[in-house]
Amino acid sequence: MVKLILKRLLVSVFILLAVSVVVFAATLLLPGDPARAILGQQATEERLAALRTEMHLDRSPVERYLLWLGGLFVGNFGTSTTTGGPVAGLLSERIGASLILMLCAAAIAVPVGVAIGIYSALHRGTRRDQAVTWSTLTLAALPEFVIGIVLVTLFATSVFRVLPAVTMSPPGQQVWEIPSQLILPTLTLALVVIPYIIRMMRATMAEVMDSGFVEMARLKGVPERQVILRHAFPHAIGPVAQVIAIQLAWLAGGVVVVEYLFRYPGLGQALIDAVAFRDVQVVQAVSIIIAAVYVLVNLVADVVGILANPKLRSAS
Amino acid sequence: MSTPDLDPEVVATPEPGAVETPPKESATRSRPLPARVWAQTQGKVGVVLTAAVVLVALAGPLLAPWLTGYSPTEFADRPFQSTGVFGTDNLGRSVGARFLAGGLLLLAYSVLATALGLVVGCTIGMIGGYAGGRTDSVIMRLNDIVLAFPQLVLALLAIVVLGPHGWVLVTVIGLTHAPRIARVARAATLGVVSEDYIRAAEMYAVPRTRILAREVLPNITGPLSVEAGLRLTYSIGAIASLSFLGLGMQPPAADWGLMINENRIALSVQPWGVILPVLAIAVLTIGTNLLADAVARATESTTVEAS
Repeated sequence: MVKLILKRLLVSVFILLAVSVVVFAATLLLPGDPARAILGQQATEERLAALRTEMHLDRSPVERYLLWLGGLFVGNFGTSTTTGGPVAGLLSERIGASLILMLCAAAIAVPVGVAIGIYSALHRGTRRDQAVTWSTLTLAALPEFVIGIVLVTLFATSVFRVLPAVTMSPPGQQVWEIPSQLILPTLTLALVVIPYIIRMMRATMAEVMDSGFVEMARLKGVPERQVILRHAFPHAIGPVAQVIAIQLAWLAGGVVVVEYLFRYPGLGQALIDAVAFRDVQVVQAVSIIIAAVYVLVNLVADVVGILANPKLRSAS
Repeated sequence: MSTPDLDPEVVATPEPGAVETPPKESATRSRPLPARVWAQTQGKVGVVLTAAVVLVALAGPLLAPWLTGYSPTEFADRPFQSTGVFGTDNLGRSVGARFLAGGLLLLAYSVLATALGLVVGCTIGMIGGYAGGRTDSVIMRLNDIVLAFPQLVLALLAIVVLGPHGWVLVTVIGLTHAPRIARVARAATLGVVSEDYIRAAEMYAVPRTRILAREVLPNITGPLSVEAGLRLTYSIGAIASLSFLGLGMQPPAADWGLMINENRIALSVQPWGVILPVLAIAVLTIGTNLLADAVARATESTTVEAS
């Protein structure tokens, strides 16, 4: 089992390296001179040459890739073409804001999804179960910005005006110091993720409730509540944990649109702005951070899957 | 955009007991797939919803000037007025006309992207599943690299390099679907390769490409059609999201995603410019998703009968 986990770890490292190559290759394909983009049209040849040397633009692509990759490990993400400042400084406070959003969404989505999934499985075939099935099918189909806009219409502008429609933190203040502006973005992300957790939880739980050991427990006279919580639930949670982890990994990319929609000052917003200004260094940095989070959470998902699989446990 | 990426099984696998009692076996055995899809509530609702939006998207561009009196890019009044049925947008253009004209490109791009993803993903997946061994593992590792990016991030990376052109959208969305479809195609192929008819074809020395096209492909259409429906839903979401981010369809084009972005500042004053396109996108994606679910249930019943 340890061998399996180590192998999976190695695969993740390779994938991350490959991801960095893809992200770096994107810059090479880009037309135009980054040094001129930073300094403007009036820049003198000497200054251009100096900046090119500073940014290693005079080196070969392979050298530049290695320098860039080395820089990532020490937190040097390059220079922004729009601001001329270091990318790391631009992103450092935004990473925290995005993580808060992801964690809040996960903290809501996981328990709610699991609870509704179990409820639905226990009432299989009833009207309530069908209602859950239809709602998950509907919600799972909607793009996140559609869910977000509907929430804004309901709670911020047209129906009830109780929550802020956009994030407006005064400079120097952190977003989480005004918790009310976190509610709608969090809710949007949670609503996108919940249907998938419900469906998986429902399917697994339904399967477990049909199994022999649950019937055995019932025949022994174990109270139904205990059958569900002590016997069935622990068996169902293994496979579901993996789906939950995949959903959390999805959040890393999902925050992008939601942050843009709510003007939330996170990584996603930075990414969209950078794409609009063609600020390649920032795009590179954010893509690699998001991809890294994505790969990492997927790795955790697989390790959880390996740990939860009794067959693999006994094999080692 | 990219709705959470999941094994299609989780999204579309029919769950026992969730369906109303399945139709009698004798009745379903010989019926074609469309009939079996239509026999389910999900299928009916899905078809109706999808057809309604597709109709608007296809006929809309032709009907827009005739119904509203304005072309999608013509100025009708000052911004955010209530001229006409649905008023004017941020630049004073007719919301009704722009709504009618705004679905065609979204629909066309989504269908093209899904088709591209299906062709590429199917080819890769079938080759991997059929060839096995080293070919298979190399293909699957390359797949994993593409899967390591959230779809949206890869799309943004492509747009920053190549610019927000239609072909870039279609290509990047299609190609990011491909590895996900390839996994399904590979799994389905693995379930088929050990069948006797494949071995018979091999013994007759039928060329491998022909075996894939004539023996394998027709036998994995079930899972592939489910996947196609699902990917279409995600393509629509992805392309609409990119337009919403201002990185898809470019102004002054009339497009539902772009309309939402342009008009959301006036959501409380003149909500139609946002509500109409949001409704259209929502109904369309819900429709295609219900359809995918119905197809999944329908194909499931065939595999049960076959075994």
